[in-house]
Amino acid sequence: MTTVDMRYTGSALDRVEGLEKVTGRARYAFENFPADLVYAVPVQAAIARGEIRAVDVDAVLEHPGVIAAIWYGNAPRLVPSDNADLAVFQSRRVAYRGQYIAVVVAETYEEAKEAARLLRVEYAAEDHDVRLRADHPNMYRPEKVNPNYPTDTEHGDPDTALTVAPVLVDATYSTPAEHNNPMEPHATVAEWDGDALTLYDSTQGASGVRDTVAPLFGVPPANVRVISPHVGGGFGSKGGPSPYVIIAALAARHVGRPVKLAVTRQQMFAVTGYRTPTIQRVRLGANADGRLTAIVHDAFEQSSTITEFAEQTTTPTRIMYAAPHRRTTHRLVRLDVPTPSWMRAPGECPGMFALESAMDELAIACQIDPVELRIRNEPDADPESGLPFSSRNLVACLREGARRFGWADRDPAPGVRRRDRLLIGTGVAASTYPVYRRPSQATAQAHRDGRFTVRIAAADIGTGARTVLTQIAADTLRTSPDQVLVEIGDSALPAASLAGGSMGTASWGTAVVRACEALVEGLDRRDGDLPAAGMESSADTTEEIGAQRRLSRHAFGAQFAEVGVDTDTGETRVLRLLGVFAAGRIINPKTARSQFIGGMTMGLSMALFEESIMDLEFGDYLNRDLAQYHVAACADVRDIEALWVEEDDPHLNPMGTKGIGEIGIVGTAAAVANAVHHATGVRIRDLPIRLDKLMR
Amino acid sequence: MRVTFTVNGSQQTVDDVWEGESLLYVLRERCGLPGSKNACEQGECGSCTVYLDGSPVCACLVAAGQAEGRTVRTVEGLSDTGLDPVQEAFLDAGAVQCGFCTPGLIVQAHDLLERVPDPEDAEIREALAGNLCRCTGYEKILDAVRLAAARRTAK
Ligand code: FES
Ligand code: FES
Repeated sequence: MTTVDMRYTGSALDRVEGLEKVTGRARYAFENFPADLVYAVPVQAAIARGEIRAVDVDAVLEHPGVIAAIWYGNAPRLVPSDNADLAVFQSRRVAYRGQYIAVVVAETYEEAKEAARLLRVEYAAEDHDVRLRADHPNMYRPEKVNPNYPTDTEHGDPDTALTVAPVLVDATYSTPAEHNNPMEPHATVAEWDGDALTLYDSTQGASGVRDTVAPLFGVPPANVRVISPHVGGGFGSKGGPSPYVIIAALAARHVGRPVKLAVTRQQMFAVTGYRTPTIQRVRLGANADGRLTAIVHDAFEQSSTITEFAEQTTTPTRIMYAAPHRRTTHRLVRLDVPTPSWMRAPGECPGMFALESAMDELAIACQIDPVELRIRNEPDADPESGLPFSSRNLVACLREGARRFGWADRDPAPGVRRRDRLLIGTGVAASTYPVYRRPSQATAQAHRDGRFTVRIAAADIGTGARTVLTQIAADTLRTSPDQVLVEIGDSALPAASLAGGSMGTASWGTAVVRACEALVEGLDRRDGDLPAAGMESSADTTEEIGAQRRLSRHAFGAQFAEVGVDTDTGETRVLRLLGVFAAGRIINPKTARSQFIGGMTMGLSMALFEESIMDLEFGDYLNRDLAQYHVAACADVRDIEALWVEEDDPHLNPMGTKGIGEIGIVGTAAAVANAVHHATGVRIRDLPIRLDKLMR
Repeated sequence: MRVTFTVNGSQQTVDDVWEGESLLYVLRERCGLPGSKNACEQGECGSCTVYLDGSPVCACLVAAGQAEGRTVRTVEGLSDTGLDPVQEAFLDAGAVQCGFCTPGLIVQAHDLLERVPDPEDAEIREALAGNLCRCTGYEKILDAVRLAAARRTAK
């Protein structure tokens, strides 16, 4: 495979759009103001299950400024699709509390909000069922889990192996529902011009939104343009269009004027996705020397009644450790709850909390150091598929981390280190995330003045995509970054995969490299001045990616935590957090470090704070704002550091990258929980680590 | 109602403001100043932080009418000449990711350094604890504030 020469890739280039962002000039979705615009405020269902009998549209039309109120009874019909969540106002049924069931459009935001508040809706409520439990009678085996993994796997005879294992760990863990909460709430501005729709949307993938939205309105994708130059975070929740996008487009068409719609922070807890709660049973069988003989990991999760979203919770267990006998399963129950969705490292993040907590329990049972235990169970090849790893440097991360953290001579005894009121402990956990790559297209254009423009419908949701693509293009074009303009965030640009699955740089970078290579070749062949229009080359990586060799491709890491638990209050503080990652080549150490640390901080937040609590009575999430749903603030983070080991993997993509957006959150919560056990002797198997759980 | 106030050095008069509108709403939707962000609308995230008569406030918690006759400074007006040292430090330290928390954090950090030119880490963390950032893990934001402090005192 041809690879990129490193000159600017690998350097700490400043974020190219940084200036716009620090001066407040960067324009996000809701900050577009087409002429004659109006505001839409959606209305949420007040029951968790049942039917809408009637909506009193006429009464709100009398209110000042109100232009329209739309619900099932008067909404235009959308073209049916297999995405039930997007079929807004197409049925009387209510599938979950908080579902958007109507929208009010008015001249000003306040008028729309007031009328939405006053809109009278008559329901026929039915009993709802919103409680996830492993023994739910409606648990079933989905046909596959996201994005396309087998639901269950089995090798050898795990049941017998567990029965005869000299050492057995059998524990059940749970993780709560968690909400992504990017700082920018989801928003869209929709404008129709005849049959052509423009959406200024806060999205992780402009091409995907276009392709999903267009057929619902019966127009060709070419008629829809999605523009999103700046996106205020997503963490998975902006991966595909959510219902609000369809409502804005539908309302704009209905009233014949551009419509602005912002999901409020409170509404986000029902309508923009969340991480499914999980219940996970892990059984590990091992010899006295800690070598695993059997691994069994069973996950129980929820989805809504209208959409099957089956998170891949146990998939990391399939590749982490060697053991001859093994089984992983997923079971799902459909409840009267909002549809779960992607949240940073879906599957790996909750799954590795359970597996890596269980590994800590095994280390204690075998009286082996937890770093050593992991090294002892390192597989030579992918333990389930048998494929070679393209590269695997978990051991290097564990060793380097242990050295930096000062792990040697750690006394394993729990509950014995005191500093004033604090009990101190340390813990370790491994991280992993798969390396994905999806086909994308790109163009590269040379201008007469020596400058270049590279175009691809990629998204920069804060990752630094625009910056690293500039570096990659500059190196391929044998020029400097200041000569390259990278245009992204617009579906009118060459189609690209979404910013998700940590695959942005790998997918878009490949397309950018190929387009730039073709351009360089063209320029080399040509003598004389360029024509006025310059010269342009394009690339489509569908074939290249389809032909890629079958290998097991994953990034790995190790996280070390030191915690202090207050013996009077039970409050846990993470005093130190160190992550060491092996994630291929790092294109930009400045943006990468921030990505890793951002992921680790979200992992710390998951360990200690994040928890969406289901109100069984009303059937929706109770804590619906940032006052009640806690995310880590500046003062919650102390000493935090992310490092990486050099990794040269020729089997990935021309840049040699593995993706870094998600691995930082994987394993953090287990490292913290393991440290809490070391500090206190109390094993917390149910996240988050609240003080009441420690004071019991 | 009509509200007249000074924003970033120039006087603004806004008509037809409904009594319930926030200062944030008026800045973003009526004054063409969407630099200050709306991320919670109820005082929990700091994304909307602006100066009101020299004190940092959550603009989402200030009724537009309360700004009558007063002076507002937003991220767009932080510096009359190019970039303020805090903005510069955020750029150089790589403290910006998605950028949505950035305007509020910059105003908040600016205020901290006006009051405490050479803050301890704990002071910085406490001062910025009301400004949530979901991307960066705060580490580079801390670096930026330290850098800005060092540059300001060196001047
Ligand atoms: S928008 Fe004002 S504090 Fe969050
Ligand atoms: S940079 Fe995205 S929220 Fe702070």
